[in-house]
Amino acid sequence: MELVCPAGSLSALKVAVDSGADAVYIGFKDDTNARHFAGLNFADKKAQDGLAYARQKGVKVFVAINTYSQAAGWSRWQRAVDTANDLGVNALICADMAVMDYAAERYPELPLHLSVQGSATNYETLKFYKNNFGIRRAVLPRVLSLKQVEAVAQYSPVELEVFAFGSLCIMAEGRCYLSSYLTDESPNTCGACSPAKDVRWEQTDAGLEARLNDVLIDRFEEGENAGYPTLCKGRFKVGDKTFHAIEEPTSLNTVELIPQLHAAGIKAVKIEGRQRSPAYVENVVRTWRRAIDLYNTNPEHFRVKKQWKEDLAKVSEGAQTTLGAYTRAWQ
Amino acid sequence: MKLSLGPILYYWTKQQTLAFYEQAADADVDIIYLGETVCSKRRELNAQDWIDLAKSLSQSGKQVVLSTLTLLAAESELKTLRKLCNNGDIMVEANDMAGVQLMSEQGVPFVSGPAINIYNARALKVMKKQGVTRWVMPVELGRETLQELLADAEAMGIKEGIETEVYAYGRLPLAYSARCFTARYYDLPKDNCQLKCIQHPEGIAVHSQEDDELFTLNGIQTMSGRTYNLESELSNMQNIGVDIARISPQGDETFEKVNQFRKALSGDLKTIALSEAECNGYWFKSPGMDQVVTSS
Repeated sequence: MELVCPAGSLSALKVAVDSGADAVYIGFKDDTNARHFAGLNFADKKAQDGLAYARQKGVKVFVAINTYSQAAGWSRWQRAVDTANDLGVNALICADMAVMDYAAERYPELPLHLSVQGSATNYETLKFYKNNFGIRRAVLPRVLSLKQVEAVAQYSPVELEVFAFGSLCIMAEGRCYLSSYLTDESPNTCGACSPAKDVRWEQTDAGLEARLNDVLIDRFEEGENAGYPTLCKGRFKVGDKTFHAIEEPTSLNTVELIPQLHAAGIKAVKIEGRQRSPAYVENVVRTWRRAIDLYNTNPEHFRVKKQWKEDLAKVSEGAQTTLGAYTRAWQ
Repeated sequence: MKLSLGPILYYWTKQQTLAFYEQAADADVDIIYLGETVCSKRRELNAQDWIDLAKSLSQSGKQVVLSTLTLLAAESELKTLRKLCNNGDIMVEANDMAGVQLMSEQGVPFVSGPAINIYNARALKVMKKQGVTRWVMPVELGRETLQELLADAEAMGIKEGIETEVYAYGRLPLAYSARCFTARYYDLPKDNCQLKCIQHPEGIAVHSQEDDELFTLNGIQTMSGRTYNLESELSNMQNIGVDIARISPQGDETFEKVNQFRKALSGDLKTIALSEAECNGYWFKSPGMDQVVTSS
């Protein structure tokens, strides 16, 4: 299985490459990618440097152009595709039919991967993207159980990539507008979920309050771990309960599923976190490299090591990890 | 401009559902969408029941469209989808690309629902090639985007033969998850959800700790807390080329809303003030929950 790793900056890219990535994925410095945050991503020169570095070490580079263009911005999306092609990247990760249509027509040799933002959860959908744009791979949203992943894989006309580790998005990606409902920016339109510009922290008598566009998302007592106010991970009132009505802050970690994912024919596992530090990238990539290598050398006796768990827990949201939708219990 | 009645997004009893469509048959709408779009466990009516109901409703002289599930993850769900897509008679609204794939294989015209991501005219062109004759704009988009998109579509020569529909009334469907939030609220596993949704014919309200009504839990779907209402924008919608305004069934007032919208369309436009529980932000490129006051 290929280990696909995030790089939000050149230093993260170098760390990912040096820590054992088979491929790194990056985005350009604008709203054409779904991690459009200030200070992140690659402009032309940095992208060239990153590509040269990865290439030299035999690591592939994918470029995510995975937001949805609106009329006025089309030239940016088009330019992003052109730039990626000119750079000679190994694949584009796209979600918008317009982007795929353009790329497939203009650069038929450039491999296309369907982004998780494309929201493909079944093989009929995969057939659509394969038939129309010749995609070679699809990243599955984090909403399928392991059984469902296996079933999709069985009939999939393209390679599949699944999420291995990182922040847990519990909605079908590409079909979640919660962020724009509160802030006007969403992953689809702007490449941002719960954008930082709308976040406000305030210490009050009731505790530390986290607001998103003035809406109270959570309130933390002293000593409580105060997470980023991603709106689906807030504490809200439903009936007479105040709780994480949608989801607790937690990270996905599927290291123990390596054998099953391999058996299902999953071609690649993806680490989430272009917005995270090089230290995070190093820790997660190194641990996963070890896990995959151990599995490859001795699949029969694969066991999750305590050390891996401890290392990964250090970089997990709320220091918790979960198998997420992969297990029925979670659903 | 035509008026449509969207599919019921909540889980209603069979009796409630049938009573609703009895009224719908006599209501002043041009198009009726029906079917289960949210959760495949909701089986008060099965696929065949929906097809039968659609066929009987089409005798009312309205156009009837079968809406399909939005998040398809299991083989059983694809099986139901195939049954709906192969009904041979009634138009289908695809809410997932799986439906697009099946309808395009058959070469039969179909509707692209609000959960299909068409954000620009090039994507619409791709969909037209598949057989789309009507598309419903994703709910997070608004007037300006739509205007530009339609202008592009015109310039690309693809506008002819495609109707544009806008979700104009009802709580907004905002997200779909593997997880069932209604079951979570009841502390039940999704596998044993006991179909609790049926006890909440308008979903379950989610408030902030400061009592802002933020969201509505509707099984695996998260909806807006406020009700989207574009009644005051109907004539502007008409002017930019919207063909159909969709009213999403919600509460007893649904048919009253239909009448109000019809009146507004026929020029009986008083200044329409939104209530505190309503919003229109998306249409004006603001946060969806906002209420933008216009002078028109």
